[in-house]
Amino acid sequence: MDLSAINPVLLIASLMVAATPILLAGIGELVTERAGVLNLGVEGMMITGAICGFAAAVITGSPLLGFVAAALGGAMLSLLFAFLTQYALANQVASGLALTLFGLGLSALLGQGYVGIKPPATPRIDIPFLTDLPVVGRILFGHDLMVYFGIALVAAVWAFLRYSRAGLILRAVGESHDAAHALGYKVRRVRVLAIMFGGACAGLGGAYVSLIRVPQWTEGMTAGAGWIALALVVFASWKPWRVLLGAYLFGGVTVLQLNLQAAGLAIPVEYLSMSPYLITILVLVIMSADKSRAPAALGRIFHAAQ
Amino acid sequence: MTETDILLSIRGLTKAYPGVVANDGVSLDILRGEVHALLGENGAGKSTLVKMIYGLVKPDSGEMVLNGAPFAPAEPQAARASGVAMVFQHFSLFDALNVAENIALGMADPPKMRDLAQRIREVSEQYGLPLDPDRLVGNLSAGERQRVEIVRCLLQDPKLLIMDEPTSVLTPQEVEILFATLRKLSAEGTSILYISHKLEEIRTLCDEATILRLGKKVATCVPRDTTARDMAELMVGAELHVPERAGKLPGPVRLAVNRLNIASPAQFGTSLKDIDFEVRGGEVLGLAGVAGNGQDELLAALSGEMLSSAEMVSFDGREIGNLGPTARRRMGLLSAPEERLGHAAAPDMSLTENALLTGVEREGLERHGFLYWGKARDFAEAIIKRFDVRTPGTENAARSLSGGNLQKFVIGREVMQRPGVLVVNQPTWGVDAAAAAVIRQALLDLAEGGTAVIVISQDLDELMEVSDRFAALNEGRLSTVVPAKGLSVEQIGLMMGGAHGMEVAHV
Repeated sequence: MDLSAINPVLLIASLMVAATPILLAGIGELVTERAGVLNLGVEGMMITGAICGFAAAVITGSPLLGFVAAALGGAMLSLLFAFLTQYALANQVASGLALTLFGLGLSALLGQGYVGIKPPATPRIDIPFLTDLPVVGRILFGHDLMVYFGIALVAAVWAFLRYSRAGLILRAVGESHDAAHALGYKVRRVRVLAIMFGGACAGLGGAYVSLIRVPQWTEGMTAGAGWIALALVVFASWKPWRVLLGAYLFGGVTVLQLNLQAAGLAIPVEYLSMSPYLITILVLVIMSADKSRAPAALGRIFHAAQ
Repeated sequence: MTETDILLSIRGLTKAYPGVVANDGVSLDILRGEVHALLGENGAGKSTLVKMIYGLVKPDSGEMVLNGAPFAPAEPQAARASGVAMVFQHFSLFDALNVAENIALGMADPPKMRDLAQRIREVSEQYGLPLDPDRLVGNLSAGERQRVEIVRCLLQDPKLLIMDEPTSVLTPQEVEILFATLRKLSAEGTSILYISHKLEEIRTLCDEATILRLGKKVATCVPRDTTARDMAELMVGAELHVPERAGKLPGPVRLAVNRLNIASPAQFGTSLKDIDFEVRGGEVLGLAGVAGNGQDELLAALSGEMLSSAEMVSFDGREIGNLGPTARRRMGLLSAPEERLGHAAAPDMSLTENALLTGVEREGLERHGFLYWGKARDFAEAIIKRFDVRTPGTENAARSLSGGNLQKFVIGREVMQRPGVLVVNQPTWGVDAAAAAVIRQALLDLAEGGTAVIVISQDLDELMEVSDRFAALNEGRLSTVVPAKGLSVEQIGLMMGGAHGMEVAHV
């Protein structure tokens, strides 16, 4: 076993890349759930975003347009969920599961012509002086734009929920849709917008996998990342910064255990493979022992009774 | 009265829902600075009428004129912008948000949070309703929550303030303070539309009353010059029957509660602290209290939904605190909780199934795990017949019954099982006067037969009507149990916790 083969600088830099897909999907789902909607279709929206983004990037040659298409694709798919749950008043759990299955099938269909193709490379940001700094430069300044976008999005969502009036209305709708309705707020509109935001974020997360992390297209390539993102939101007690912490923790342990496997640690590979899930859940369970709780109207169907 | 004295004029408002006309050509005028009462039974159309004024419901026909200009609010924001504010019967508050955030949500154009907190403090002090803007609403008492709603309205300088059953959650002292606030507002020129079915309150507060029955305006009167009985008969359209009972000496102690301490399982619930009382056969014990002071928890502790140490609850001398609901039911300790849909009855199950759910033990509707559907249906039919439940048949879902009819069914279901002790919470909540009289009479008849009856209620008139002895719950503690006869409203108010820190408006 040779632990010296593990370079801590590279480890931290690569955990940020490994964490970004679930971070993006998780922060989107957080906003959806704070509006009182439980969308279990994150996996389906991610994989749809992955192929939409991949196809658009290949066709246009621009990774940026790929990400835009991924966000649109995820949001479009989430509209189906929004229609089912907000207008047809269907059960949210069942609709979300159906959305995941539908998204997996749809993406396989859309992706038939794209297997084995390489997407255009996403440039890393290279700031001449800063990136060349020892240690810090490689960790903080050598990434692609989406890594920074993910962190900025967490900050923006946090500020939105805490300081803006729209954020207050969104939280109110998630807390009690009946009271919000009585005050004259458009419960459905707020929820549809929140669902679409969640879909767009999940799509971005999916495209990050297919355009940067892997980068190529294979069926079912998100491999359960959507479910991790869902669990992350719950264990993060619906708080944005904790989603960031959880995602980086998960990404970090994932990268570390891969390195440990490569270094030939004398622990069965199966234990190493389950370690990211165990450690992330453990840490977040301990942290969620405070008084925070789920939005009171989470998963409940709003029926606008007159 | 000239045209300029009229703030809001309503002409021929009509609103129909499938199968029922909620409002049928209702007309009324509200003067500036007037306290106008809107009276009527449940289902008379009071709520629909104020929802139309507040922009939550669009009328089918008819028109409104506010301040001389046509008024047809498309949504509550528009109504608020025109100076109409409303305090809801079921509070429109958010438990997980703080007072300032809740108030900001009800304002069209709220100031910055820090300025808003300052204004909340000023306005609430001015009207004698002190409030801390930073507290979580979920931790406030019912009276304090109402203060939040009222302050939210006052911050917008309303011309018309609509109050839907505002005193149902207040102690008598809190009611007096609220009335002082309302009188101050009305003296400043704000009109108030006051919905209530507490007639004595309307007689002390209101200048004018409009009475609705089955969606139609049936009368107007000046409450000060009309007796409560006359107003009640105008509302019901018939003579009222007051429950009666023959005096009888109480029997042996059936239920004894001994230093009962239980923590509430609900996040914003009330824990029970050192509760001590006993009830004898043939006696009705009335327990008053403002909502959220431990009523639900006490019912759960007596019914067996919440377990305690064995010695804390005894039934006929046997310690049963650690037994669950089924074991207690088998012995004859029955209960009917407050929430009809979802707690007392399963909404989507038929009346037969609902009858079976609590009657299975004492009515012998099961053997070796197999159910006797025929007997269950007979049992449900017997309840429907004896309590005059209006329903097409036993196979209708509980949800399809009106509130009053379902309440008759869930109370009747327990009464028919010959309980040794019966605990009911809010037995006539949302039930019209005639049905309420039937339910109260059934409870009294049951006591005549030797049952110990515990009535938990927020309706003081009801408790005074049925109780032999009386006590009040306040923040999870029980006051001393005293004879109900000759108790004054002031004494009751103090037992319920006095004014909960409210103060009189600084007029």
